[in-house]
Amino acid sequence: MKQVLKESLPTNGDTSVLAGVYGPAEVKVSKEIFNKATLEVNLRPKIGLPGVAEKSRERLIRNTCEAVVLGALHPRTSITVVLQVVSDAGSLLACCLNAACMALVDAGVPMRALFCGVTCALDSDGTLLLDPTAKQEKEARAVLTFALDSVERKLLMSTTKGLYSDAELQQCLAAAQAASQHVFRFYRESLQRRYSKS
Amino acid sequence: MAEAAAVVAESLAGYRARAARAVLEQVVLPGEELLLPGQEDGEGPGSAGERPLRLNAGARSGGRVVCGPGLRRCGDRLLVTKCGRLRHKEPGSGNGGGVYWVDSQQKRYVPVKGDHVIGIVTAKSGDIFKVDVGGSEPASLSYLSFEGATKRNRPNVQVGDLIYGQFVVANKDMEPEMVCIDSCGRANGMGVIGQDGLLFKVTLGLIRRLLAPDCEILQEVGKLYPLEIVFGMNGRIWVKAKTIQQTLILANILEACEHMTADQRKQIFSRLAES
Repeated sequence: MKQVLKESLPTNGDTSVLAGVYGPAEVKVSKEIFNKATLEVNLRPKIGLPGVAEKSRERLIRNTCEAVVLGALHPRTSITVVLQVVSDAGSLLACCLNAACMALVDAGVPMRALFCGVTCALDSDGTLLLDPTAKQEKEARAVLTFALDSVERKLLMSTTKGLYSDAELQQCLAAAQAASQHVFRFYRESLQRRYSKS
Repeated sequence: MAEAAAVVAESLAGYRARAARAVLEQVVLPGEELLLPGQEDGEGPGSAGERPLRLNAGARSGGRVVCGPGLRRCGDRLLVTKCGRLRHKEPGSGNGGGVYWVDSQQKRYVPVKGDHVIGIVTAKSGDIFKVDVGGSEPASLSYLSFEGATKRNRPNVQVGDLIYGQFVVANKDMEPEMVCIDSCGRANGMGVIGQDGLLFKVTLGLIRRLLAPDCEILQEVGKLYPLEIVFGMNGRIWVKAKTIQQTLILANILEACEHMTADQRKQIFSRLAES
């Protein structure tokens, strides 16, 4: 891997993930898709080798990115997103999604919208907690992670673990949509700061 | 549930399409929709009661608006696909609505037809050279695309040489092809770049700034030392001065120009001119 085209370091409390995007670059003939870009996501944990949990998270992040990146503009190329976990204090997947989005935007990969990740935890009384810490996630009855897009706050990806009712799901989704406003505002401010230097 | 619904309504209400003219020179993000000048009336909340009076109703810029890099047509609106500053250029001859584009900062080059680039020859297979231009695929360069080249008189190009050429074929579906002659058959500065000198990479935005018509950086650099310099639109710069030290100083200055303000630059140049 020759050059890192962007590194971004969003922090959800104490969780931080470093993201880099390489591409559109050459792709192996076995992996090339004739009419769009091949998106690959590589998630490296802080300690140890990537395992099954990382693979499943990579898949979720890849599906979200594929929904948003205009791959048809770069057929037969590969766009690789590499995420390195620097510290994990809960809400890891949401942090990875945010990092991946900022890295893609900064690398100049054409996208049809921005996206962000928000985690919700439901504890045994039914209280909703946004961006739970690792301890809160462990004690929660259910943990739901959503990826929302920036245009109409539509749901791009959701992954859930635990027991919850239909009404609770809708509640969590609504809370996540409201919280995503703050994340998008943060994106806008940091990108404006970056472009104001030139 | 009612609260949740209210919360959702509030968060969705913040997003609506804006007029392109109102957003010029501001940072735009992917996913935003822009309205072209002919469509601004009656859009968005709050304008229901007022219709602005148009002074020249006849001079609508309903002509062709060109969508440049970073923008795509989406129905009858423009969709922003890259983050950057929105720019506009008025049409020269008065026809059409001009060009809109997004000035974004990027390091990765995507081949565009007509761009002059610096490439590195990586392979020689039969009659074609494979040239690495920093894109997703190596470009192909035929040995006949040099000035004065014929089947008997082959150009002297080795693997590892630097080539300055332009793209004749560059789209997303085909392998890019480049040539070192212009449409009249003359080299016009293109071809193999000479020995020595230093090749280094900068961001694409810096190259565009340096190649703008009245660039102060270039004028100041020219006053420092006598030098030869070649700019490739793929972010590569080749520079050669009399001694290695001067070459390295120039390379460092050009790389640092990206992040310096005009004052800092002037300070550095004056310090160098003294020594």
